[in-house]
Amino acid sequence: MKGAEILIESFRKEKVDVVFGYPGGSVLDIFDIIYKSGLRFILTRHEQGAAHAADGYARATGKTGVCIATSGPGATNLVTGIATAYMDSVPMVAITGQVPTRMIGNDAFQEADITGITRPITKHNYLVKDIDELPRILKEAFYIASTGRPGPVLVDIPKDIQNASTDNKYPDSVEMRGYKPNYEGHIQQIKKAAEMIMAAQRPVIYAGGGVIISNGSEELAKLAGKAGIPVTTTLLGLGSFPSTDDLSLGMLGMHGTKYANLAVQDTDLLIAVGARFDDRVTGKVSEFAPHAKVIHIDIDPTSIRKNVNVDIPVVGDVKKVLAELIKNIKKCDTQPWLNKIGRWKKEYPLSYGKGGLKPQFVIEKIYELTKGDAIITTEVGQNQMWAAQFYKYTRPRTFISSGGLGTMGYGLPAAMGAQAGCPGKLVFDIAGDGSIQMNIQELTTCVLNKLPVKIIILNNGCLGMVRQWQELFYGGRYSSTILNAKGPDGEKGITFCEENRCHPYLPDFIKLAGAFGAEGVRISKDSEVVPALKKAIESDKTYIIECIVDPEENVFPMVPAGASLNEMIESMA
Amino acid sequence: MKHTISALVENKSGVLARIAGLFSARGFNIDSLAVGETQDTAISRMTIVVRGDDAVLEQVCKQLNKLVDVIKVQDFAGKDFVDRELILLKVSTDGKTRHEVLQIVEIFRAKIIDIKAKSMTIEATGSDSKVDAIIDMLRPFGIKELARTGKIAIARG
Repeated sequence: MKGAEILIESFRKEKVDVVFGYPGGSVLDIFDIIYKSGLRFILTRHEQGAAHAADGYARATGKTGVCIATSGPGATNLVTGIATAYMDSVPMVAITGQVPTRMIGNDAFQEADITGITRPITKHNYLVKDIDELPRILKEAFYIASTGRPGPVLVDIPKDIQNASTDNKYPDSVEMRGYKPNYEGHIQQIKKAAEMIMAAQRPVIYAGGGVIISNGSEELAKLAGKAGIPVTTTLLGLGSFPSTDDLSLGMLGMHGTKYANLAVQDTDLLIAVGARFDDRVTGKVSEFAPHAKVIHIDIDPTSIRKNVNVDIPVVGDVKKVLAELIKNIKKCDTQPWLNKIGRWKKEYPLSYGKGGLKPQFVIEKIYELTKGDAIITTEVGQNQMWAAQFYKYTRPRTFISSGGLGTMGYGLPAAMGAQAGCPGKLVFDIAGDGSIQMNIQELTTCVLNKLPVKIIILNNGCLGMVRQWQELFYGGRYSSTILNAKGPDGEKGITFCEENRCHPYLPDFIKLAGAFGAEGVRISKDSEVVPALKKAIESDKTYIIECIVDPEENVFPMVPAGASLNEMIESMA
Repeated sequence: MKHTISALVENKSGVLARIAGLFSARGFNIDSLAVGETQDTAISRMTIVVRGDDAVLEQVCKQLNKLVDVIKVQDFAGKDFVDRELILLKVSTDGKTRHEVLQIVEIFRAKIIDIKAKSMTIEATGSDSKVDAIIDMLRPFGIKELARTGKIAIARG
């Protein structure tokens, strides 16, 4: 078989049902085979969109996402998407074309050393130099991407290799002496952890994205229920534990709930499950959970003791370790601790003020109308934090967001990928007016492929999160964060400014929706929210709801960067 | 603190860059790095000498282990191991100094491998301290060129 045929064969064998990508000179042979293959291929409008779409598909379905780009600029356009997937442990295989083998290193047209460029942002990568190795490399790529702690793997295939033939077959299994992920937790460690849990007075589970990746939500709920342990989650852990449960503390960290942060600062045993003690979670690390012993369950040994000291590390798959842990635990009495937390919850609920259309209100209404059953993707910034705080996630794989890298422009292509993978689901992208513009070209892809993503643009006329930091820490000097014509102190609502002959908010998202063949509506009052959402939900079209929200609304509570979790700012007052 | 790290790796292109990248990304300068095939020609041994904070290096070693092309990693810090380095050193000599240089070479059990009217080239092997000592002793005569292999190391027993 020819190289390009082997690639498509590998997709078939690995049960890849959709591929995102963009053609070009160095992948013409691959696209010629795609043309004949019947493979579902989604042509994005930018390679970055293809990478994020593969990522969103992977996070929504749990399967490996696949994207293809040509050499040089095609490949470098994937870079942000690959780095995003790497930081959040998303299984992805990225295929890039490369100039012919004999031209590599000669500054050929559209040549870039993409394996060199992506070395620190992939779990592994390959430059294929020999056609006989291609079947094995592709098998390894899919294996590495989806096992252990998942991550993106890039395979760079020169044009001549795509055309060369080999008799080697696509293998059924892999054997790599340098890569053997360990799934089973050490049983002695698990027993010690169980004893420590039963001895604790004020335990807290801190659950991360690893719970969702390992499909361990059921086990997590069982453990929490059996031992009476409250659960707080990271941003990427949202959905791993139902936030409607009495034991749920919501999210912790920089924009976590006050009660989650208070619980973490007061706990005597922190049980970290598939989480990595990111700085957005811990705040000042030396003052994080100061009274706590720490149990850390994670599949990646490098996560253990990276940022904090751990009393009992358990290296293994979260689902398996939790299942084993449950067997070793008896019912614990944590009622006094739960009572204390209950009081905190009553005293410090998440809240927001009045005045204009509030972004939090919009998100609450999305939750109410979808009953928590939608898939929510986000861009990055205030929109992301409000989506995390005010939608109640009850199921894994329903919250999809760039947590580690914090990639603006992620939400729309990720929503598109999620929708492609879950056709029956309602998929919302909660966006800001800044970040939506970073990959807005993918509206075309959504419309042409009948992906009825609902895009909620919380338009505050500025780069809200950066503006919030400028307001709080830079004396209100809004350097380059104001996106509209008037600034946040100017006119609110929709009026056309005559002197500039322009819309006060540029671009005009509703005209843009029309230009892309999507539906669009602009709202600016509380009373318009539910009818607009209902109409969008009922529509089978790609739909933009532009919400003109209070431009100076901030995300609270907030722990300033580098401060301890005790030092929460709760409002502007 | 100085660490001697030994890594068994796949003998393939790109592996060196992956390993070097883990150090350079943290701003660590590698003091020395020696690579060669092992008894299995598909596997190379890399011996890396690097200075850095112990906790950071523990993390680097874990990350080395995580690389798909790395089979085994050992940090020899605090362990029982033997290490050697080979140097080639060209020193200025003339009729007056030649004898003294020869004496130093003999004391260190080094070898003369080339001799010209105005210079001698010396081959010496040993641990860090021995190699450093012979270099120090020869410095006053004028070292014209120096090449070091970097340290290689192996655990005892």
